[in-house]
Amino acid sequence: MAESILSLSGVRADIDQYHILHGVDLEVPAGELTVLLGRNGAGKSTTLRTIMGLTTVTDGKVRFRGEDITGQPTPRIARKGIAFVPENMGIFSLLTVRENMVLAAVNGPMDPARLDWVFDLFPPLKKFWNRAAGNLSGGQKQMLAIARAIIEPRELLLVDEPTKGLAPAIINDLAGAFEQLKQQQVTVLLVEQNFNFSRRLGQSAAVMNDGGVVWSGQMTELADNDDLQHELLGLGLGEHQ
Amino acid sequence: MSAHDEMIGQTTPPQGVLARFAAFRENKPHIFLLLLMMAVALLMMDPRTWVLLTISGLAMGAMVFLMASGMTLTFGLMNVLNLAHGAFISLGAFAGASVLLWLSSQASEPSLLINLAAILPALGFALVVAGLLGLVFERLVIKPVYGDHLKQILVTVGGSIIIMELIHVVWGPNEIPVPRPEALTGAFLLPDALPVIGGVALEKYRLIAVVLGLAIYGLMTWIIERTRVGILIRAGVESREMVEVQGYRIRLLFLGVFVAGSALAGLGGAMWAMYREIITAHMGDELMISVIVVIILGGLGSIKGCFYGAVLVGLINLYVGYLEPRLAAVATVGLMVGVLMWRPQGLIPVIKV
Amino acid sequence: MSNGMLNRILSGDYPRSRALSALLVLIGVSLALGPFLFPGVRAFSMLGMICVFIIVVASYDLMLGYTHIVSFAHTMFFGIGAYGVAIATDAFGSGFGAVFIGIGGAVVMSILLSLLLGLLSLRVKAIFFALVTLAVAFAFLSLVTQLYNITGGEDGLAVRSPRELGPAFRPFDSKVPGFSVIDFIAGVFTQGSIGQAFNDAVFEVRVSGRHLMYYITFVVSLGVFLFLLRMVNSPFGRVLQAIRENEFRAQALGYRTVFYRTAAVIVSAVLATLAGVLFALINRYVNPENTLNFELMVFILLMCVIGGMGTLYGAVVGTTVFLLAQNYLQDLLGLLVSNAEPGSLFAELAGPDRWLLWFGLLFVLSVYFFPAGIVGQLRLWAERRRERKAAPAASPLKQES
Repeated sequence: MAESILSLSGVRADIDQYHILHGVDLEVPAGELTVLLGRNGAGKSTTLRTIMGLTTVTDGKVRFRGEDITGQPTPRIARKGIAFVPENMGIFSLLTVRENMVLAAVNGPMDPARLDWVFDLFPPLKKFWNRAAGNLSGGQKQMLAIARAIIEPRELLLVDEPTKGLAPAIINDLAGAFEQLKQQQVTVLLVEQNFNFSRRLGQSAAVMNDGGVVWSGQMTELADNDDLQHELLGLGLGEHQ
Repeated sequence: MSAHDEMIGQTTPPQGVLARFAAFRENKPHIFLLLLMMAVALLMMDPRTWVLLTISGLAMGAMVFLMASGMTLTFGLMNVLNLAHGAFISLGAFAGASVLLWLSSQASEPSLLINLAAILPALGFALVVAGLLGLVFERLVIKPVYGDHLKQILVTVGGSIIIMELIHVVWGPNEIPVPRPEALTGAFLLPDALPVIGGVALEKYRLIAVVLGLAIYGLMTWIIERTRVGILIRAGVESREMVEVQGYRIRLLFLGVFVAGSALAGLGGAMWAMYREIITAHMGDELMISVIVVIILGGLGSIKGCFYGAVLVGLINLYVGYLEPRLAAVATVGLMVGVLMWRPQGLIPVIKV
Repeated sequence: MSNGMLNRILSGDYPRSRALSALLVLIGVSLALGPFLFPGVRAFSMLGMICVFIIVVASYDLMLGYTHIVSFAHTMFFGIGAYGVAIATDAFGSGFGAVFIGIGGAVVMSILLSLLLGLLSLRVKAIFFALVTLAVAFAFLSLVTQLYNITGGEDGLAVRSPRELGPAFRPFDSKVPGFSVIDFIAGVFTQGSIGQAFNDAVFEVRVSGRHLMYYITFVVSLGVFLFLLRMVNSPFGRVLQAIRENEFRAQALGYRTVFYRTAAVIVSAVLATLAGVLFALINRYVNPENTLNFELMVFILLMCVIGGMGTLYGAVVGTTVFLLAQNYLQDLLGLLVSNAEPGSLFAELAGPDRWLLWFGLLFVLSVYFFPAGIVGQLRLWAERRRERKAAPAASPLKQES
């Protein structure tokens, strides 16, 4: 396994009076796509939000490339090269596609070559370049959300359930895009409920339950072991799709 | 939710005159209301008076726009309701008036150029003083109460009292007469050759206020629409969290907007001082009503809505003020209530939920 | 008085702090016997104003403190009551009939207007409501100022109150003795002889219709206070507080929150109208400044918050403290700067006209540091003391917020 770029040790986090994370330990290997699996309410989304500094850490440490980033403000964490695509995609629907991309390029004007690459990955973005992002379809919004995350080279992408609510054809397109990112050895931490999608893309995997990581290892280990899947994820997910 | 490859929200243009009218009314409610109001007023008075009142209404609208734009952005961007905004208007008026009085020899010369040597420092000083106070106010008063509307209302009302009292301390409790610079007094005569409206005298100051208001509206629109800061502001109005996720410090952005909004309130106050030629510490409270009506009319957070709202308020004030002076304020508030019943989010809403 | 009866009268809502109880008893006794404890016209009118504004502030607290509805139209309803009586007596003469016509008209108008505001609050978000009420109240103020043939404009109206409630009415021929507490205390310190001080403190009161009016006000004020206390501790009041904590949840529990909110606004408006009526009769003069001004509205807000939002006792304490400060802080500041050089910065900042500056500062600081107001703070201290006493024996009591 490659050296880890992000590591969480004993991370606890509360939302209001509820304890959501009870000591999460997680290593994200550099240059790989790691899938974070688990049931609804296991704390996967909160884990991503906590890494971004959007949820306050009450205990434990978050380290990024060896540096302690626990409790740092969100903008500073983002500037270290971590991009986050939340579950609701978080695109600015009143802004045009172009304006969304302009903001995403934090370090100045967009690199034309890189933009062409993004257009190749997601052709609809070019087509609707000057339209309000709010008028895009669900799949196009997801493309825009991911395009924003990769318009500049980033160290780490945190992506929360990109396939949620999308049609199979679109999911297939998205998977193609992630394949390309994998080839470029971009580190990705992907939260997913769709096991087939995860199996296709994931190199390493971690499974969460009740606010903690209960299993982690190579994706192949999990994919080939039906009993393990059954134990960790329950019947539903494996047979779901 | 299903995935389409086409854009959502494209509809075929409506057919028929009535349907087209209804579509216009729904899609451009601000233009519809503006035209409606101007047309009704034209029916109720002679055209010469109408021209005069329309220009004056636009002038008032331009000044109220300056005062209201900061408050609407502050609310839209940070969900902060600053009821002390009126105090910044008063402060700007007093700061501007002080400079004008100090440079009264320049202000009373008939030459526009020499006048400008008094006017520009006066407006600039008002801008700077109100902006600086905005900086202090945001840090000391507003920062601790983010996200709590009730406390925001309470502390900004308290803050407003303090600022008004400090104005009393510095400038004394009495109203102060403000000399309007010489070159800005008097009126332009429209050429007699023009049909119907020939020979109408238009007060210079009002024309200048209209021009300045339009210029600042244009500048703000350009900043909001074209620049990166503007995109950030619009993005922040939509989602503060996602702006931070992209790596921008929204607190800094907001502080900037708050300071700029306070400075504009001060500028508006100074212009109002030259318009009214007399100022009191409580003038801000009175103008706050117009400001509040404007931002509710326009839709909280919308610069364009704020501009049209201000023009509507200015016009209705002047039209009704001419027809029945006692009902001007009632008509202004009535306009607001009516629009709220029609469109509860205001004319050009930008706020989600 | 038996414990059960006290419980009934206070609707089970005790002050829960010894200091607060003492303060309330002090205020209550001072108001009940006021005309016979504090000589002078100024003190007398002060007492009347405290009684009137206890109603205004307590009814405002029903909205602000118990439901978190911020309204800036409370003075409008106060003004409707005051002008109702003033206009009615102006038109129909100084009989009780005219007064009741005025009350009736004012209450009907208040109910209609508060219904309109309630209706508006259906259409707009809560935060808009504060702004909308501010604008509506301003329109009303401007209307009253402009319609001078009815309202007297800026000059206002003298209220022709019934003879029985005026200074000319003398129910008793002989004078009644009064005892000036303040003179007595001052006398004990300056004279050294208690007997002498006692004699000096006795003064004579000529009971007139104004005293009758004062006691009517006092009784109504007490009645309204106890009524509101009953109301906020009833199931109705519980729903209001549920709306305050989480409107969505209250809705989900099946309460029609719109109905409750509107009801709170109407009750509050009617009580403010009643206070306006009493104000007109006791002050015998109304104008826009003393009934409708925005500054007055801000004062009501200050009284409510300083006393303690969401505690009706706070209305009593806040009103008393604020009105005393308004009247006597100025004297105090005057004394403070009497030695200072006139025109100096200190004299400007601490002069008697600047009392509001210091009050505003105090207000902002109290919102940050004592958001529960005087009453909330006293209760908190009492709670802590009880906890300390109980600490060795049992686990700490749950703190009431």
